[in-house]
Amino acid sequence: MNYDKEFDASGLACPMPIVKTKKSLADMASGQVLRVVATDPGSVCDMQAFAEQTGNTLLSSGTENNKYVFFLKKA
Amino acid sequence: MPAKKMAIIATKGALDMAYPPLILASTAAALGWEVQVFFTFYGLQLLRKDLSGIAISPLANPAMPMPVPMPVIVQMLPGMEWMATTMMKAKMKKKGVASLEELRDVCIESDVKFIACQMTVDLFEFEKKDFIDGIEYGGAATFMQFAGETDVCLFI
Repeated sequence: MNYDKEFDASGLACPMPIVKTKKSLADMASGQVLRVVATDPGSVCDMQAFAEQTGNTLLSSGTENNKYVFFLKKA
Repeated sequence: MPAKKMAIIATKGALDMAYPPLILASTAAALGWEVQVFFTFYGLQLLRKDLSGIAISPLANPAMPMPVPMPVIVQMLPGMEWMATTMMKAKMKKKGVASLEELRDVCIESDVKFIACQMTVDLFEFEKKDFIDGIEYGGAATFMQFAGETDVCLFI
């Protein structure tokens, strides 16, 4: 999937993957896509909850090389 | 849809109990919530410029996982609290848990409002110069005003 920006949250524990995802989205334009890579298993549920509450769209949530990979489209 | 609101009363100043209010406040702020934290009694320690004194004690803390079982009489020895704190901080760093300073900075950057309990500041004769800038000093009525409008209100 194409994306405009990437944020690597590998090694970070709750709540930093979400907090820093929010920061990464801040300077992006509406409709742009952010790719987030994380190692925190809790981020699978958290990223979905983040998307639902902030209005950003979680385009996909999956794993790649034993890491969690998310694509978020900015609202 | 108006932003959701959360109010937290933070009453504890030990390392383990310092985390929940700061984690919840920073997360809620990241979700776009309006957040206020009222720091009272030992919770005021979390507003100090220097957080290096925040510690954890294995004493009277039977649920704390220990690398080796340790009798209470040993936990009382001088230096045990320092050792437990050092080990806990090292473990947190290794596991990618943010420091208290980092979480607090996130809260401040994302406009979480911190209120220090004026009564406790006076009670313990704390000095305002030891606390971070940008906080408000108020009492229960200040807290209740915001707390009454919140979706989530927690006492920690």
